Amino acid sequence: MIEFWVLAVILVVSAVWTIAASKPVYSVVALLLNFSALAVLYVTLSAEFLAVIQIIVYSGAILVLFVFVIALLSSGVAPFTLGPNRLPKIWMPGAIVVLVGLGFLVYAVSQAVPVGTRAPNGPVGAANVFGSVGDFGTALFTRQFLPFEVTALILMVAVIGVITLGGEQMHDAAPRGHERKVERAMREAILREGMD
Amino acid sequence: MAVSIDHYVGLAAVVFFIGVIGVIVRRNPLIMLMSIELMFNAANLLFIAFARVWLQNAGHIFAFLVITVAAAEAAIGLAIIVTTFGPERYVDVDDVRTLRG
Repeated sequence: MIEFWVLAVILVVSAVWTIAASKPVYSVVALLLNFSALAVLYVTLSAEFLAVIQIIVYSGAILVLFVFVIALLSSGVAPFTLGPNRLPKIWMPGAIVVLVGLGFLVYAVSQAVPVGTRAPNGPVGAANVFGSVGDFGTALFTRQFLPFEVTALILMVAVIGVITLGGEQMHDAAPRGHERKVERAMREAILREGMD
Repeated sequence: MAVSIDHYVGLAAVVFFIGVIGVIVRRNPLIMLMSIELMFNAANLLFIAFARVWLQNAGHIFAFLVITVAAAEAAIGLAIIVTTFGPERYVDVDDVRTLRG
């Protein structure tokens, strides 16, 4: 119980830090804290495999991608200075959103039922209990096989999309100029041949 | 007071709405993408909490799917940011006016 409240405070504080940080790199650090706390929370909910996946995929892959893009974009002089506030009336919808969310929150907490009334059928960390890697893998490859296939499709679409988006720049740079030069040389050679 | 499922619902709601506020208020596309990641994670927390309550690992499968979608979304979103805002430019989503009539 105490771990829930500690992790909840870490989650909320790091989430606020993420959206309030002045530089994107600070946001990435706060998001790393958030994801790590969330992974610990998954372990307390006996979702071991997803805790590991959270660390590997989110903290390991996605955040590194963010850091790379920040490094790529901030190679200029001062690209991340705060601009003028172009939405001066933003506090009104922001306040409405916050109040509606707090309404949901108060209603949810006021209706309390203890979590995990049925205990998992074994100790956390053992094989083939609820949430272990064996349990997850058995479900993923037998009953829930369609989501697994959809995952593969999503990843392939993402890879193709990223190559399509990023590949244009690479094609435009050196090879096309080289091609054009070769083409002109060939045309001149043909002309010279024709003159003779 | 024991921790109930509704504490998890409340925590997920708080994190989700922090993400919503980040998307609404911040003009930096990188921080907006990070706010979207926060919202994905709030949804994941709910999936896993309810999977624990009912001892059904279909919630785990769905959280796995959400993590995959988040990874694909981050990759494509960051590629769009890099191609839209070239290097050495001030980054602000209000400067993207291609779709404006």
